[in-house]
Amino acid sequence: MERRKFIRNTTTASLIAGTALWSNSALAAGFFSEREEKKGLTKITILHTNDTHSHIEPISGGRDDGKGGVARRAALIKKVRAENPNTLLLDCGDIFQGTPYFNFYGGELEIKLMTMMGYDAATIGNHDFDNGIDGLYAQVPNASFDFVISNYDFSNTIMDGQTKPYKIMVKDGVRIGMFGLGIKMEGLVAPEMFKETKYRDPLTVTQDMVNVLRNQENCDIVICMSHLGYKYGNDKISDISLAQKTSGIDLIIGGHTHTFLDQPDLVTNAAGETVMVNQVGCYGINVGRIDFYMHKGKLASGENVVYEV
Amino acid sequence: MKISMTATCRKGLMVFAFAEALFITTSCKTESYTAEKLVASQTRVDSTIAEVESISAYIAPYKKSLDSQLDMPLSFNPADMYKNDTPLNTRIGNMMAAISRAQGEPVFKSRTGNSVDVVLINHGGIRAGIPAGNVTTRTAYEVMPFDNEMVIAELAPAQMKELVEYLAFHKRAHPFDGLEIHLKGDEIKSVTLDGKPIAYDRNYFVMTSDYLMTGGDNMDFFTKAISSTRIDYKIRNAMIDYFKENDTLGFDVDNRFTKED
Repeated sequence: MERRKFIRNTTTASLIAGTALWSNSALAAGFFSEREEKKGLTKITILHTNDTHSHIEPISGGRDDGKGGVARRAALIKKVRAENPNTLLLDCGDIFQGTPYFNFYGGELEIKLMTMMGYDAATIGNHDFDNGIDGLYAQVPNASFDFVISNYDFSNTIMDGQTKPYKIMVKDGVRIGMFGLGIKMEGLVAPEMFKETKYRDPLTVTQDMVNVLRNQENCDIVICMSHLGYKYGNDKISDISLAQKTSGIDLIIGGHTHTFLDQPDLVTNAAGETVMVNQVGCYGINVGRIDFYMHKGKLASGENVVYEV
Repeated sequence: MKISMTATCRKGLMVFAFAEALFITTSCKTESYTAEKLVASQTRVDSTIAEVESISAYIAPYKKSLDSQLDMPLSFNPADMYKNDTPLNTRIGNMMAAISRAQGEPVFKSRTGNSVDVVLINHGGIRAGIPAGNVTTRTAYEVMPFDNEMVIAELAPAQMKELVEYLAFHKRAHPFDGLEIHLKGDEIKSVTLDGKPIAYDRNYFVMTSDYLMTGGDNMDFFTKAISSTRIDYKIRNAMIDYFKENDTLGFDVDNRFTKED
């Protein structure tokens, strides 16, 4: 209890001192550096985007004039990777559609640039079917990253074997498991576009994936890359309801609803655990970042996980 | 305890949860790691970040080719047109309805033998105005950035009535043609279709967008359509085709939708 009180006071002091940052990671890093060194913490950085919608150049005109741009995003990614080689770069779908680049080049440039930026994985959004499932298939060879999608059954389609249900990456011994969830296509995508792609229930698929990633693959971190949407006013499955109704996920990064958040949500899941849920708007305006500080072995009894948002 | 701490989470505060709970499902393995701390932040991508030159250089030829195709003059617009220029019908809206019919009806007719009675699309779907001057492919992308396609809904008399009442109730400059609606206050004074009072005695073919067909803008009458026919023609492509065939955009405001107090 003493420690919690102390940290809160320290952070409050920084706010009074004029720190208007979303997260004061410099302060936290300073505070924890001694502990991290002593305890040998390994830092894993997750960078994420969603709904970039073919926005290659910075936005021109309107409310977001001058924001975004792939060549700048690439610089940001490069800088973060230089600081921490244990960085994963993930996208949560709707890479396609939104500027003439998609209509003229069919998504080729979007995927090639993601490859150049060193994306590790992307899930599939409804707009990624906008040139039909064949249009998506045509761009797969331009991707050196994996399309990770767990609840679309492509077995009767041309995309069969082109995606992974989950992906594991090991960084400095830390095993990071990722799986992907796509939104129900009916009503969003014309049937002739997705053809015989079958949608499977995200809740059932999630428990399967968590079981595989936690118990068979021994992952230390489990990340859900979602294109379900952040939150709905009805019982439609969303990132928030998924977080509440499942267990075993550490982080849900989402898309589809183009939701701009001041900070990620911390949601209590079905097992009483905390899940971080984030989304970073759209069009490459923002890049999200979650740093996991990993402790070798288990935490001592009574020790707390800190969520700094 | 943890729940209350989660609830108090806000900017700059740290929230704790019990580590044991978080990793309860982790299996036994010799070298496992446990998250001790998660720190979240986001970075705005803007002009304060210098571009990676190799990426800009890679984009350049794609951009050059794209720009040359997008900016080639196709037609001419004699005066600015924006969707809020006039209250109940606008030059740009009347243009959108006219182009949809001019380009789409022949396709529908050739496939079904039927004519289009009414065109109705939505005011919100016009995403940009058209300044006076050259009209290009880029113009079409700016006005209609979405890939919406033309769809023809077959409406029963009751839904046709709902359509008219929707327009009368909202009093918004949703682009339409075929109909002429005159209001007195909130009352519908007269409705004519092709110049004759509408009888609501048959089914009507209403051309719209696939967005509205699925209930967009609460145009529920479209979701109750007896049938719907896709013609595989994007509204934006209809605009581009029209621009190529017509050297001037000579559209005007008229009295298709009026209101007296």
